[in-house]
Amino acid sequence: MKQTRKKGNGRLQKAHIRLQVNGEQVEVAFAPHKTLLEVLREDLGLTGTKHGCELGECGCCAVLVDGKPVLSCLALGLAVEGHEVTTVEGMAQGTELHPLQQTFAELGAAQCGYCTPGILLTAKVLIEKVPRPSRDEIKEALAGNLCRCTGYIKIYEAVELAAARMAGEPGEPAKESIYGWE
Amino acid sequence: MAGSNGAKRRGLKVIGKPFHKVDAKVKVTGELKFADDLMLPRMLHTRLLRSTVPHARIVKIDTSKAEAYPGVKAVLLGKDLPTTYGALPVSEDEHALAIDRVRMVGDPVAAIAAVDEDVATEALDLIEVEYELLQTITSIQDAYAITEPRIHEYGELGNIHRRQVYEFGNVEAGFADADFVREDITFYEGSTHLALEQHASLAQFSHDGKLTLWTSTQDMHYLHRHLAKVLGLPGSHIRVIATPNGGGFGGKCDPFNHEIVVSKLAMITGRPVKICLTREEVFYAHRGRHPVLMSTKTGFKKDGSITAMHHRTILDGGAYGGHGVASTFYTGILQTTTHNVPHYKFEAVRVFTNKAPCGPKRGHGTPQPRWAQEIQLDRIAEQVGLDPAEMRKQHAIPPNSITANWIRIGTLALGECIDKVVKGSGWKEKFRKLPYGKGVGIACSAYMTGTQTPIYYNKMPHSGVQLKLDRSGGVCVYCGSVEIGQGSDSILAYIVAEVLGIHPFDIRVVTGDTDLTPVDLGSYSSRVTLMTGNAAIQAAERAREILRQAVSEKLDVPGSRLSFADRRVFDTENPEKGMSFVEAVWLAEEKFGTLGTTGSYKPPAAPGKYKGSTIGPSPAFTCTASVAEVEVNPETGIVTVPRVWIAHDIGQAINPLLVVGQIEGCVYMGLGEALMEEMTYRGNRNMVHKFPSFLEYKSPTTLEMCDVVTYLVESQDPNGPFGAKEAGQGPQLPVPPAIANAVYDAVGVRIDEIPITPDKVMKALRAKAKGKEGRYGPTVFPTCEMPEAIVVKTPFEGGDGKAVEREPALSRK
Ligand code: FES
Ligand code: FES
Repeated sequence: MKQTRKKGNGRLQKAHIRLQVNGEQVEVAFAPHKTLLEVLREDLGLTGTKHGCELGECGCCAVLVDGKPVLSCLALGLAVEGHEVTTVEGMAQGTELHPLQQTFAELGAAQCGYCTPGILLTAKVLIEKVPRPSRDEIKEALAGNLCRCTGYIKIYEAVELAAARMAGEPGEPAKESIYGWE
Repeated sequence: MAGSNGAKRRGLKVIGKPFHKVDAKVKVTGELKFADDLMLPRMLHTRLLRSTVPHARIVKIDTSKAEAYPGVKAVLLGKDLPTTYGALPVSEDEHALAIDRVRMVGDPVAAIAAVDEDVATEALDLIEVEYELLQTITSIQDAYAITEPRIHEYGELGNIHRRQVYEFGNVEAGFADADFVREDITFYEGSTHLALEQHASLAQFSHDGKLTLWTSTQDMHYLHRHLAKVLGLPGSHIRVIATPNGGGFGGKCDPFNHEIVVSKLAMITGRPVKICLTREEVFYAHRGRHPVLMSTKTGFKKDGSITAMHHRTILDGGAYGGHGVASTFYTGILQTTTHNVPHYKFEAVRVFTNKAPCGPKRGHGTPQPRWAQEIQLDRIAEQVGLDPAEMRKQHAIPPNSITANWIRIGTLALGECIDKVVKGSGWKEKFRKLPYGKGVGIACSAYMTGTQTPIYYNKMPHSGVQLKLDRSGGVCVYCGSVEIGQGSDSILAYIVAEVLGIHPFDIRVVTGDTDLTPVDLGSYSSRVTLMTGNAAIQAAERAREILRQAVSEKLDVPGSRLSFADRRVFDTENPEKGMSFVEAVWLAEEKFGTLGTTGSYKPPAAPGKYKGSTIGPSPAFTCTASVAEVEVNPETGIVTVPRVWIAHDIGQAINPLLVVGQIEGCVYMGLGEALMEEMTYRGNRNMVHKFPSFLEYKSPTTLEMCDVVTYLVESQDPNGPFGAKEAGQGPQLPVPPAIANAVYDAVGVRIDEIPITPDKVMKALRAKAKGKEGRYGPTVFPTCEMPEAIVVKTPFEGGDGKAVEREPALSRK
């Protein structure tokens, strides 16, 4: 990282860092006080990462840093120098959706879709750690991600379905979650 | 519309099937662009300087230092935008930036456009504002007591914005007929939408004199009109593009000051100008649930039938009118739509206070009175010794009724909804039978599928759809509706696909753009599926007619024998004989030239003819029944809800998956309001919001959310597209009262105030332990001078829907 120096009107010169984003080596320059969220959205053009508060309270801005969920609104851009960042844009392989993306689409787990990127990434880490999570484990893992649209239920169902499919089990959604109960 | 909506059609290929949403994939990949995701070259950023005091005259504003600050491109003040506006024509009481007067903490007084957000924020600190404080109006009680200073110069008396009194039939006669009469006073605290997306807008004014505004609005069309008025531009020079909303829930319906401000700044600077509100600012923008104090006096017989109801409400409106006059009506007009009410009197008052303005939130004005009514029905059932589920079913108003206040109800499968949740929840084995600390409660509701009247008077369609077909076989649907997450774009694709016999994902949907799409009034009042759906059916049927003629000629088969399905047009009697949809469009373009059709929809006239009768009527009503199961910890007062059963009469699910999703979302929001959400202010006269943040404004996380068992009941409404009715708002209504009734079943105390927080439960439990009434809630209903009632004879009395003059002395027994 380049040393930061004050410019004329008290502003800091841009910092310049290298990092891995979604598997690619990138370089980026930004004002040193910028959060990772701002750097991703404004300087790297990765607007898939959302924000609802910029205070660490809603979970919309969750990304993965070295595979762990981090609230990007609370991390400085400078802090990820040399690290590996995964955003929602990095979940699909080419045109093939990640199983979680697939089930979220299939089951309507993204209504407005605004909480979705943060939830997808948080759920991805959960499934990597716990391949067949229980409903309670899903709730626990997603307790820091607010969603105002779905009541979370379709989200749980989508995580469960994706986990089943990733474990090679037959993955059909329950009839009730699609048609309601008889 | 009856007959043309396809409700009778069999063999549906798309309608009723769980297709994913047309925008589902771009939502899960982060491709979808919300307003704040848009960036334009040379874009400036805006921040608003907001009032730090709740009520004051602005003595002086000095912006000279801010103007001189490097990077600042423009400073805007109220005088630059002198025209008032507001959601409803009867209360256009807002300025984009305060002129002379601030009315709440958070009122914007100046705006800065600068090269980046940091510079704009720094420059805000350089603006000097001198305020002369005025007395603060903090509450309903204040608004009644303090007539000077007035928050607004218009309205009724002092700080009373609105008063209205209606009497349908003769409530005193109804009370005289009753075996019992009871009055319950209840309070429903305000709450906010808390959509995760913060409001954002981006304006561009090009040198040809045209303005484009991308903004997270639910009501693009109305915003377009307000912009024209306040900016002084012809409507034809303004293009509003409603970006997909990251949640709306009513919070993005009003025209907002920041939308006007960035437009004006773009006009001044000649550069694109963006704003994204901070979360704290979203709390000031608000327009959420009104706090409502209610008194519900009801006469009833031993069999649980209601003889009369006198329902009074007082709404704490906050600092501006907004949609408040409509909200005021809604705190009473749907009380007659579930349990039969033969005589009904409704009095409502809305007051101004120095708080963030209230407005439409999911259910708009109806969750509060519904709560009051349903917790009272629970008491009534207990008083007459009936099972509350049975009693509700017994007196549920039948389909095809006209209520005392002249609301025509079409299909309404309330009894069936009650049966579903009673059976599913094991109600009979649980009600009054669970061990102390556990309980079940039931409640019902009904809701509109769109309103009969637009916000400003006009005779034009409420919804328009255009269809473009071309030789590629491509079908594009254009509609001014706004996708807020509810799936309105998908509904258009499903419906057009069904009618034309193609696949919904073959269709391109263009919505929410005033330049490209025909007018639709917006995503409010649960109107979109019904109204855009009917318009889409009409446009698609017209297109099918064109194709039919071309194909019939070519195949030499009578048009009436042609079917449209599986991307083909074919002879129904000889399905081999036919052609692909693409070929059919090609033929039609050869025969008729460029292809396009339109469809439009306007709701049927309502039977009521009295002043105010246009608010409430709807082309179709849904109904919902819900049973909640709760656990109350008597040591802590903490209420948890393991499960809610809910049955909703959807008419016809255009897509059951989306309907179930809407219902689960409704249960969630109802749960939040029932137990924790409150928009409250510090208890001094400074009226600072208690907690304008996600952390402290409590909303249910995964750990509080209950299980939901959903039942869909399909009553096939003749006014709905393919029989469909709404799902986005109605199902929220019964949830809070079902929870309150369950709390009573669990521990025997009545919490007559929303939200049901642990401290209220504990206070009620302690009161009960001391031998007092086991209740928490308001005990006094303040009164003010009310105008003469508008008296209307009910349909049961042979009325004609018009207001009558009657001698008060004669009508009172
Ligand atoms: S934006 Fe980071 S937690 Fe809300
Ligand atoms: S889908 Fe809208 S907030 Fe979660």
